[in-house]
Amino acid sequence: MFSRAYKAAITLPPLLWVVAFLLMPYALLFCYSFWSVSPSQTIVHAWTLDNYRELFRVNVYLQTLFRSMWIAARVMIFSLLLGYPLAYFLSFYAGVRKDLFYQLVIIPLWVSYLVRAYAWKTILGSDGVLNTLLQYVHLTKHPLEFLLYSPFAVVLTLTHIYTPFAFLPIYASLEHIPRNLVEASHDLGASPLQTFWRVVFPLSIPGVLAGATFAFVLSFGDFLAPLLLGGPSGIMISNIVVSLFGAAYNWPLGAAISFCMLLLVLALLLLSEKLEKKWSFR
Amino acid sequence: MTTITEPALARSSESGMRPLLDIRNIAKSFGKNPVLRNICLQIAEGEFLTILGESGSGKTTLLRIIAGFESADAGEILMESERLDLLPPYRRRVNTVFQQYALFPHLSVEDNVAYGLRVAKLPKAEIAARVSESLGMVKMSTFAGAKPANISGGQQQRVALARALVNRPRLLLLDEPLSALDANLRRQMQVELKSLQREVGISFVFVTHDQEEAMVMSDRIALLRKGGMEQVASPREIYSRPATAYTAQFIGHTNLLRGEVRTGIARCHSLSWRVELPDGQALFSLRPENIRVVGSATGNLETNFVRVRGTIQQQAFHGATDLLQIVCDDGLSLSVRTATRENRQGEVLLEFSPADAVPVRESLDRN
Repeated sequence: MFSRAYKAAITLPPLLWVVAFLLMPYALLFCYSFWSVSPSQTIVHAWTLDNYRELFRVNVYLQTLFRSMWIAARVMIFSLLLGYPLAYFLSFYAGVRKDLFYQLVIIPLWVSYLVRAYAWKTILGSDGVLNTLLQYVHLTKHPLEFLLYSPFAVVLTLTHIYTPFAFLPIYASLEHIPRNLVEASHDLGASPLQTFWRVVFPLSIPGVLAGATFAFVLSFGDFLAPLLLGGPSGIMISNIVVSLFGAAYNWPLGAAISFCMLLLVLALLLLSEKLEKKWSFR
Repeated sequence: MTTITEPALARSSESGMRPLLDIRNIAKSFGKNPVLRNICLQIAEGEFLTILGESGSGKTTLLRIIAGFESADAGEILMESERLDLLPPYRRRVNTVFQQYALFPHLSVEDNVAYGLRVAKLPKAEIAARVSESLGMVKMSTFAGAKPANISGGQQQRVALARALVNRPRLLLLDEPLSALDANLRRQMQVELKSLQREVGISFVFVTHDQEEAMVMSDRIALLRKGGMEQVASPREIYSRPATAYTAQFIGHTNLLRGEVRTGIARCHSLSWRVELPDGQALFSLRPENIRVVGSATGNLETNFVRVRGTIQQQAFHGATDLLQIVCDDGLSLSVRTATRENRQGEVLLEFSPADAVPVRESLDRN
């Protein structure tokens, strides 16, 4: 059909792009993770495993890594708990208002991440909207301190931000379920609840897996929400990477942590892809 | 059976048997569009009834109302004298074979068939026994472990049938189940389906737009036109005694003769014959196979037959028969079915018995 020259001409630019802006930086990151910093603050280009040893030796790195995973896991669970019923309602019961509701879910994605994070700050702060209201109705005497600058605030904000990302693939998978399967299930004597657990949910599992992966991976690597709302107890692993590359000027250690995060995320993507394949039937 | 033990009920019904399903005055509109108008239909125990109609005639909607996927705007449906239309679909002892089979893609053939028994929470041993019996009945035992995506359309069809019948419904609904199959397989399945229905003795309500299919399989045919019931009768009766012009044209091929009756004589163009009808306009259906070509010879002809001369315009070969288009000397155009013979041409003499010109009603306008 097409000449080899033509094929090469259209494949080359994207290939170059990926190599120059994705593979090269990752390779560089990988190299950096085996280098070190001299006392005079210069990068020593000598191969060493010290950075990885440091990572496993100093408690704060592993602790923060686990805290990030725990925060990401909670965000994932809450996003699914919010996103699934929303997607289910929209797909099966919204009727003619389906498009309107869909847009309402999507529109927040057009609003800047920063604006949404700051919005939570004004809501959760000690003289913020929520605390003022709680005191006004005399539910509390003093502002609740745990609302802001805590893992709670981070989980809440990230859940708000990433729920649409969990919603979208679930909605897509629900929309793909032929409605005559639901009718067939009712026809065979299954109640709506039995139909949901035996037909609808199993067929939506690929969407749930994709949504869970989105919510987990995106919030695991997040650094703005913990920076703005996390406080000392809500710090996540990306904040450490940022400071290592910035003020601390320890690029090699930062690279080693980044590389571990990368491996973790890749393993997760691989796993979710495997599971999705197992649960798709078309 | 019913007539002996329950004489009171027997008297109350028209045919002497209590109907299994009694559809009374069902009406349904989608928006301002009426799709069913005042439908009345009774289905007997063990009967194979076909709802026949063109697309848009409302036949699938009627089936979906019986299954419970749609609700009627008016009327009621009784099953064994109890209201069926008030129950949700999962409480009705009715099962459906869907047009696209609707097998669950994530379940194996076996699990698909077991579905209805599992949600009914039957004992495991009974489920296993009934599933394997059902799969055996449709000759799909060897595919028990396969996923629906990995078997052919005809096989999916059989599984859908087994999945419905395993629940031993009082009534099985089939929504154009053969329309996705190719012609040969379809003919084979028609025969299998009919013999299966006799074997299990369950009432079948079969929806199709294919009049030939309806004729081959049914005990009775209910013909729908634009949401109204045109005629309900056995295939033989509906073919030989169509009640309306539409029925006559939809089932098989026919010549519609428009004429006038005066003092017991029907006249159409130059033809005339004796009838027992009141004076006025009349419409007759005359099947092409009931007209004979008697050549141009004048021999000893039956005296009461109607005869007319015409010229062959066209000859179409239909395998076992030929269909001739003949224009009579008086301008009347007739289709005539004859044994096949090459190159029929020229003038012929036609004759038919007045008894074969069946008076039919004009079909009412329904808009």
